[in-house]
Amino acid sequence: MIVISNLHKRFGDLHVLKGVSLTVEKGKVVVIIGPSGSGKTTLLRCLNALELPTEGSVQIGEVKLDFSARGRVDKAEIARLRRQTGMVFQSYNLFPHMTALQNVMEGPVTVKKENPDSARAKAVSLLTKVGLADKLDHYPAQLSGGQQQRVGIARALAMDPQVMLFDEPTSALDPELVGEVLKVMKELALEGMTMVVVTHEMAFARDVADEVIFMDQGVIVEHGTPEQLFTRPREERTRQFLQLLQ
Amino acid sequence: MQMFPSSLFDNPERLNRWIEIAQSSFLPLLKGALTYTLSLSIISFAIGLVIAILTALARISGSKPLVAVARAYVSIIRGTPLLVQLFIIFFGLPSVGLTIDPFPSAVIGFSLNVGAYASEVVRAAILSIPKGQWEAAYSLGMTYRQALQRVILPQAARVSVPPLSNSYISLVKDTSLAAAILVPEMFRKAQEITATTYEPLLVYSEAAFIYWLICLVLSFIQDRIENRLDRYVA
Ligand SMILES: Nc1ncnc2c1ncn2[C@@H]1O[C@H](COP(=O)(O)OP(=O)(O)O)[C@@H](O)[C@H]1O
Ligand SMILES: [Mg+2]
Repeated sequence: MIVISNLHKRFGDLHVLKGVSLTVEKGKVVVIIGPSGSGKTTLLRCLNALELPTEGSVQIGEVKLDFSARGRVDKAEIARLRRQTGMVFQSYNLFPHMTALQNVMEGPVTVKKENPDSARAKAVSLLTKVGLADKLDHYPAQLSGGQQQRVGIARALAMDPQVMLFDEPTSALDPELVGEVLKVMKELALEGMTMVVVTHEMAFARDVADEVIFMDQGVIVEHGTPEQLFTRPREERTRQFLQLLQ
Repeated sequence: MQMFPSSLFDNPERLNRWIEIAQSSFLPLLKGALTYTLSLSIISFAIGLVIAILTALARISGSKPLVAVARAYVSIIRGTPLLVQLFIIFFGLPSVGLTIDPFPSAVIGFSLNVGAYASEVVRAAILSIPKGQWEAAYSLGMTYRQALQRVILPQAARVSVPPLSNSYISLVKDTSLAAAILVPEMFRKAQEITATTYEPLLVYSEAAFIYWLICLVLSFIQDRIENRLDRYVA
């Protein structure tokens, strides 16, 4: 479903991703962990071309993009890549001038030109699924962080993505609100959604992930099943990082 | 001591004349305000806003020629007096064969003026919207234009309402400059009435009073709009 090969990203002199390669099968959940600044966010953002890689290629579903420092990437191709992916942000990034319902309808109506009535019906069922049937007409400012993030998930799902990308979806939440968001994510995983999740929720990783990836300084240091990586890490750097988390 | 009020109130005949002039001039002045002052300001502001948004987008486009053109335009308009701009359009352009009637001349002048000043407001408002909003829009697959129309501008509009309302109120007052290029708006009416009655203090004060009334009403409307837009801010 996802094939990333030899991905590099530089910001000027700063070499943030140094040749990342990764394959994610359809329906699998991959959790990425690693210290702050190791390039996790940048990697996710390269997957939907919010950040254009300096080198390498990204394939999601049928759409494959090759990047090089010179060559310009076709806008239509970027749009096609983005159609395959749904993104959930650490800071939710809901549209504050729209209600929960309008936030979820916005993509289908504006981008896919879906009929507003059917888009509304779908948005209502998605918001119901994430447990917000009673908050349809609330503006983001009237919702708690956990509720906002669940709207964010519904908004991304409304575009029928092949892959869902989560960038520390619970890091900005008060501890008591983390559970409700993780629960929605777990349900999504059980339904067979292909997911790439940056998170430090170890219990979630253990429970839901098919594969855990440890990133440091722009490279994948080590990867394996949660059980392997958490209990028998091969690399010293991984061991140190896991100790810090405890 | 020949102070003005005593001279007026010592002289009942003059007082009666004032009341008479005030009565007979109020309606023509109000009519000048409603037909010309308001239409001139509304049309110019609407066109000016379009220019402002385009100029603001050019400024943030990152394209060198666009940025240069937008900057030059804003710099020239902001660096020269509005009255001089109006004179160039109305009295100057005919000498190169471009004769424009007073009202459209005034609309051109005021629109260009609003466009330049408001573009700075709009630009600041667009830049004040968090980057995450663009990213959320792009991640849904929106194009630049869709992101702008559906996500960024509606929020930027909210931020710009207070400063833009103030620009509009200034514009209403600035329309009095159109009197100098023969637009029969309220202030020109006041000049005409003064020319026949020889009571400048009275007539110009009346005009001032009407401007003030209009601005009071506009401030009231501004508050209503801001409250409405505040709905989604907790
Ligand atoms: N737009 C950018 N411009 C310059 N440097 C950036 C930009 N985005 C991220 N970086 C840098 O890239 C590095 C990796 O950042 P990030 O991907 O956010 O790491 P993580 O998500 O793992 O904490 C950091 O050093 C960060 O400062
Ligand atoms: Mg990050």
